[in-house]
Amino acid sequence: MSAGYQHYYVPHQSHWPIVGAAALFLMGYGAAHWVNDDLIGPILLAVGFGLLLLMLFGWFSNVIDESMSGLYSEQMDHSFRQGMSWFIFSEIMFFGAFFGALFYARMISVPWLDGAGDNAMTAQVLWPDFEAIWPLIKTPSGLETHAMPWEGIPLINTIILLVSSITLQFAHMGIEQQKPAQLGFFLMLTIILGICFLALQGYEYVHAYEELGLRLDSGVYGNTFFLLTGFHGLHVTLGAIFLTVIFLRIAVKGHFTAEKHFGFQAAAWYWHFVDVVWLNLFVFVYVL
Amino acid sequence: MNQENIQPIDSTAPHHHDQVDDHKPRGISRWLYTTNHKDIGTLYLLFSLLMLFTGGSMAMVIRAELFQPGLQFVDPHFFNQMTTVHGLVMVFGAIMPAFVGLANWMVPLMIGAPDMALPRMNNWSFWLLPCAFTILLSTLFMEGGAPAAGWTFYVPLSTTYSNDSTAFFVFAVHLMGISSIMGAMNIIVTIFNLRAPGMTWMKLPLFVWTWIITAFLLIAVMPVLAGVVTMVLTDKYFGTSFFNAAGGGDPVMFQHIFWFFGHPEVYIMILPAFGIISSIVPAFARKPLFGYESMVIATASIAFLSFIVWAHHMFTTGMPVAAELFFMYTTMLIAVPTGVKVFNWVATMWRGAMTFETPMMFAIAFIVLFTIGGFSGLMLAITPADFQYQDTYFVVAHFHYVLVTGALFGIIAGVYFWIPKWTGVMYSERLGQCHFWCSLVSVNMLFFPMHFVGLAGMPRRIPDYALQFADMNAFISIGGFLFGLSQLLFVAMVFRCIRRKGEKASAQVWEGAEGLEWQIPSPAPYHTFQIPPDIKSGH
Repeated sequence: MSAGYQHYYVPHQSHWPIVGAAALFLMGYGAAHWVNDDLIGPILLAVGFGLLLLMLFGWFSNVIDESMSGLYSEQMDHSFRQGMSWFIFSEIMFFGAFFGALFYARMISVPWLDGAGDNAMTAQVLWPDFEAIWPLIKTPSGLETHAMPWEGIPLINTIILLVSSITLQFAHMGIEQQKPAQLGFFLMLTIILGICFLALQGYEYVHAYEELGLRLDSGVYGNTFFLLTGFHGLHVTLGAIFLTVIFLRIAVKGHFTAEKHFGFQAAAWYWHFVDVVWLNLFVFVYVL
Repeated sequence: MNQENIQPIDSTAPHHHDQVDDHKPRGISRWLYTTNHKDIGTLYLLFSLLMLFTGGSMAMVIRAELFQPGLQFVDPHFFNQMTTVHGLVMVFGAIMPAFVGLANWMVPLMIGAPDMALPRMNNWSFWLLPCAFTILLSTLFMEGGAPAAGWTFYVPLSTTYSNDSTAFFVFAVHLMGISSIMGAMNIIVTIFNLRAPGMTWMKLPLFVWTWIITAFLLIAVMPVLAGVVTMVLTDKYFGTSFFNAAGGGDPVMFQHIFWFFGHPEVYIMILPAFGIISSIVPAFARKPLFGYESMVIATASIAFLSFIVWAHHMFTTGMPVAAELFFMYTTMLIAVPTGVKVFNWVATMWRGAMTFETPMMFAIAFIVLFTIGGFSGLMLAITPADFQYQDTYFVVAHFHYVLVTGALFGIIAGVYFWIPKWTGVMYSERLGQCHFWCSLVSVNMLFFPMHFVGLAGMPRRIPDYALQFADMNAFISIGGFLFGLSQLLFVAMVFRCIRRKGEKASAQVWEGAEGLEWQIPSPAPYHTFQIPPDIKSGH
């Protein structure tokens, strides 16, 4: 119709999606076997994971090739942006489920087990000696553990992630102002900070298991601690991989311009999102 | 009804099937690798039809067992597996994919888009579903059988008292969730970003509007479901105690998180049906939809309220009284926007030049029968009354009225309405009417008496019952078998159309239908609106 119309690129067939479906099938089916102690499980999971990596590589290669050859209109750019935003929103809701569990345990289930509200009889009948405290270092059934203090590693990690968000912003300014040295330096620095965060997190886990006796199965405090920090750590890992791929695309392939760099921005959005999740974690899991 | 309508493009074409040169890929790879929204829509719809019969055959097992008191055919554990997998298959395999399929087919046509915004991801969303259901249904053949904790998989039934199938169930749900989230993202981005120039927000057909809101609900709550199944997994296999009081958790916490997902899920399964009915009623009443803006606002209000009513599923769990009252009142509030919708549909028909082809028959049945389901929902919302209804057949009657005569009838109405556009041939009206009347009578034989046995105290999910319920249950089972058989007429209708048996459909198809989808030929060419149409006026 009008002169301003740009063609919206619709790819002609692709075998990657069904490879991706097969990969996730193998991973899910394998994981289900694995947790049931069936030895075929880890094999299926590994094959599925390999297939998933292959799929991601192939699919993104296609997308990058199409983008570089100018097939994508501005409208397509909007699709990617909106898609990424909704994806991050879904991730927020995923973390929301675990934060919800944390709040419910702290505000409702643990106090109720000690007789809060009209639950005096519950406390009397079930575990009369139980005392509601948070962090829950002694469960109703008597399992004891220690709380993870927020000073030390968690505080350092908070600073690391906050700084990494700032360095990423400097990298972004580098791409926009066409200063490749600034871009490369700060992007690399961001990735290194992410890896430092993960290393310290790993060290903290070892410390929790070996010295504090704080484990995944140490009652609802340990449950929420490890699942929240664990899923967050997984997201930092994904974010760091995402940024590394972007770094390689810039350093090796010379992708992205001052105007068109949505791949970079998507990775940056994801990184900032992971950072915000951590701030909530730091406040609600460690400090309060 | 539509012979006088012009056929814009294909009127000169001879009577072979693909009048327009579509560059359609051939063979199996067309379906495996497709990025075409129509192909993917077809795949979704056929998959959901297959799942409808899979879940339906499980319902037949349930009704056969309940035909007489005492244990006849299956043992109680298998009965529980049947109720559980029936629910899961119908919710995640039949109803939701059918709506996604309809959205895939119709949303780009309705807004003048060349395809879905992210066509490859669209294919991925679909093919994850057969994978997920392969995992889920494989548990029927494993030692100890399929999940048997009910489709709501309450703990500790799904943790302490379940077998190995829990892990398979959890990962199957993860795949379904990934599929739903990606499908919803695709639909929402398509609507936000690919509307033809001039297709402003308040010109969107209501089916598109209801799908924007449904997609938002899906993206918001499917991750919460993923979270809760993950906690079930770690509770069962990794020693966590989210839902175990001995470790400081709470089994009731499971119900809160589950229903925070579960209640918006209920609206995910009905809002697109509202959109379908809002397309059909004006077409056959030959009047514009009454109260378009109020329909949009009502849909959004229902979606908002769906987030603050979840604990009405849990009135008997011992919540504080303040919480019971809060959830009772918010639940009752939903009757307001729902009432607006029902009023608007009826007002649309008021003094319309009505005809009663099959889509309209199903739409009218939807309006009446869904409203019955809504009323029983209002009864269930009353906290003190719910103490009596909880876990009885009254609840079963309620949610089957909203999901079978609501969601499923909406889908069936939509299929009759749009299948001429998809296949290029009119369905057989005689077959359609026969299907409608058989379904209408049998579905009410099936579900209406459940209200009475429920009020009299017959518990749900139990393979046996007290003798005084025997006659009613025999009657219900006969209704169930007849309803199951009636759906074979639907399959016959669909396959006649797919095999192009029937009168050729015009582009307009229905005299009173409005919208972009009726301006393209029937069958819709493989690619449509590669250049966006110009939208001038009205909706």
